[in-house]
Amino acid sequence: MGLTVHKYDAVVIGAGGAGMRCALQLARAGLRVAVLSKVFPTRSHTVAAQGGIGASLGNMDEDNWHYHFYDTVKGSDWLGDQDAIEYMCREAPKVVYELEHMGMPFDRNPDGTIYQRPFGGHSAKYGEKPVPRACAAADRTGHAMLHTLYQQNVKSKTTFFVEWMALDIIRDADGDAVGVTALEMETGDVAIFHAKCVLFATGGAGRIFAASTNAFINTGDGLGMAARAGIPLEDMEFWQFHPTGVYNAGVLLTEGCRGEGAILRNKDGERFMERYAPKLKDLAPRDFISRCMDQEIKEGRGCGPNGDYIALDLTHLGAETIMKRLPSVHEIGKNFANVDVIKESIPVVPTIHYQMGGIPTNIHGQVVVPKDGNPNSVVNGLYAIGECSCVSVHGANRLGTNSLLDLLVFGRAAGNHLVDTALASRAFKPLPANAGDYSLARIDKLDSSSGGEYPQDVANDLRKSMQLHAGVFRTQKTMDEGVVQVLAIAQRAENLSLKDKSKVFNTARIEALEVANLMESAKATMVSAAARHESRGAHSVDDYSDSAEFPLGRNDKQWMKHTLWYSEGNRLDYKPVNLKPLTVDSIPPVKRTF
Amino acid sequence: MITDLELSKLRWRCRRGFLENDLILTRLLERRGANFSTEEHQQLLSLIALDDNDLWEIIAGRTDVFPAGADAMVATLRQTRITH
Ligand SMILES: Cc1cc2nc3c(=O)[nH]c(=O)nc-3n(C[C@H](O)[C@H](O)[C@H](O)COP(=O)(O)OP(=O)(O)OC[C@H]3O[C@@H](n4cnc5c(N)ncnc54)[C@H](O)[C@@H]3O)c2cc1C
Repeated sequence: MGLTVHKYDAVVIGAGGAGMRCALQLARAGLRVAVLSKVFPTRSHTVAAQGGIGASLGNMDEDNWHYHFYDTVKGSDWLGDQDAIEYMCREAPKVVYELEHMGMPFDRNPDGTIYQRPFGGHSAKYGEKPVPRACAAADRTGHAMLHTLYQQNVKSKTTFFVEWMALDIIRDADGDAVGVTALEMETGDVAIFHAKCVLFATGGAGRIFAASTNAFINTGDGLGMAARAGIPLEDMEFWQFHPTGVYNAGVLLTEGCRGEGAILRNKDGERFMERYAPKLKDLAPRDFISRCMDQEIKEGRGCGPNGDYIALDLTHLGAETIMKRLPSVHEIGKNFANVDVIKESIPVVPTIHYQMGGIPTNIHGQVVVPKDGNPNSVVNGLYAIGECSCVSVHGANRLGTNSLLDLLVFGRAAGNHLVDTALASRAFKPLPANAGDYSLARIDKLDSSSGGEYPQDVANDLRKSMQLHAGVFRTQKTMDEGVVQVLAIAQRAENLSLKDKSKVFNTARIEALEVANLMESAKATMVSAAARHESRGAHSVDDYSDSAEFPLGRNDKQWMKHTLWYSEGNRLDYKPVNLKPLTVDSIPPVKRTF
Repeated sequence: MITDLELSKLRWRCRRGFLENDLILTRLLERRGANFSTEEHQQLLSLIALDDNDLWEIIAGRTDVFPAGADAMVATLRQTRITH
């Protein structure tokens, strides 16, 4: 086959929080670990996280993992798997203290304990009052976490392959994962990474939407690779809208602002969240607040000349608190809204932020697919962790700070699982004779095509279409139209042409390869969304609104199940939600009020 | 003048960890990238070698501590930031 072959015990695709936490666990156990990343590790998207990591340390007020568990199940609108949620909430304090011991510079209380701030949806005593649960390093939590993990990995001899783009999973005749193909940007060469296990930690696909808080790098590569390898994508209709994206720019204002006391107001200056969520008010979960903002705008109480945004008011917090605890919010106000948040409120709208769905896994991070009547049959050698995975702890709606937690808990769990199952002493399975052919053919097709469209033009049309058909405001009609349109755009993406056909560091080729991944992620989202005939969590559809039979439009009888979308045949399947926690009683579904 | 290969690399390395930097750097490359002088190219390289938060603090004008000799590019980036 002629391709260079690199051989490692484990190959981790992605150097964000999830990939590096996992790699560390493996490298510390003495395994040979390769981590591939499209960008320098500390420039992974995890660096964007400002708000914090959720863990019931109870440093500020009474708290315990049972409360965190309850909040997460309720936050997920009962689509989260309760075994995975219990596992995550119980492990949370442990992974935070581990990070602290690695040198993570958490904010402190005067008594030296970790300072914690309140965050939307996190409560004490089962929803009674907000509780400070987010552990943060000023507003650089993700940055501090990436640096801490990177340094530890370097110390533990993890090998990084930077500016390498993974292209496809290599599965053998048994369906086991035995490696990946990857493109080295600097040379334009494709190589094979032969491994005993492959771990995906490639982050989300937030750039399938036109208005998004996500960096440009979030193109859903792991999802594309999985989909092309015959693995279904789970619950892709569920995309979180962050209530406070800056109007017209997308840039995120951290939920930490509302944690510190910022208030959402309508055009009459009313603190409208008091009406919708008398207990949690502006700290209700994101999907709930986004819907309320939508409602205010639709009912004519939006702000501005077109009545199409909401005002986020921080003025009462005072210059000192703003500059000390939320300096970046001040910067963003100035640079992207032309507003001084110390003196005036800032225009915000719900904006695409986080992908709840992804590659289906169990609590060890093993990828699971339906097979022979078992909905969760393990794919040997293949793992997924972090935002690209669906374990599913976030269900239909993620609570803020639970993603960084998810990266740490399941990154570590996947590493531990491999160490505990004696990866070191396992033999390499041979590579199939044609390993690499599929990826090479994909690149050849791009290089030899002419007269097709340019990748960015097609990607831009896709983003516009997704925004229109699968954005915050969903109706059955727009979603059905969206399916037709997105499938048509995906057809166009089959015939892309490159302006530049050079081999070395060809950004156009890389972007074309990313477009293929965007397409899989978008098709999964659009098709899954149109098929789910209810409102649940972030999937809020006008046609399925509040009724006596279906409170808030949620139809547990028919739709309390996970969606599985297969690329081949654009087919859907479903599997049950796991309502049984590991050790405690199940939290039975009720109408969500706050 | 900057070569095509250098511009291509620059484009990739201006893919950042968060959106704020992406937006300003993309705006700059679209407006000026193809006409960068060797000097401007070098200055931008020294800035994008920084971490995203540090780079953003410079672009946002929160700090004036930046790599020696990059003054002109810092001014250009700050100008790009405020000219929408
Ligand atoms: C603005 C913002 C603020 C946020 N704040 C918080 C917060 O306060 N708390 C919280 O819990 N969550 C927060 N989140 C969510 C959270 O930051 C992300 O969900 C999380 O960081 C994702 O981490 P990850 O490790 O899964 O992926 P990422 O950090 O996105 O890393 C993905 C990695 O995969 C690599 N990669 C991707 N494709 C390929 C490929 N084909 N080949 C090789 N490498 C590849 C990339 O180079 C990168 O290294 C925030 C999100 C945003 C957008």
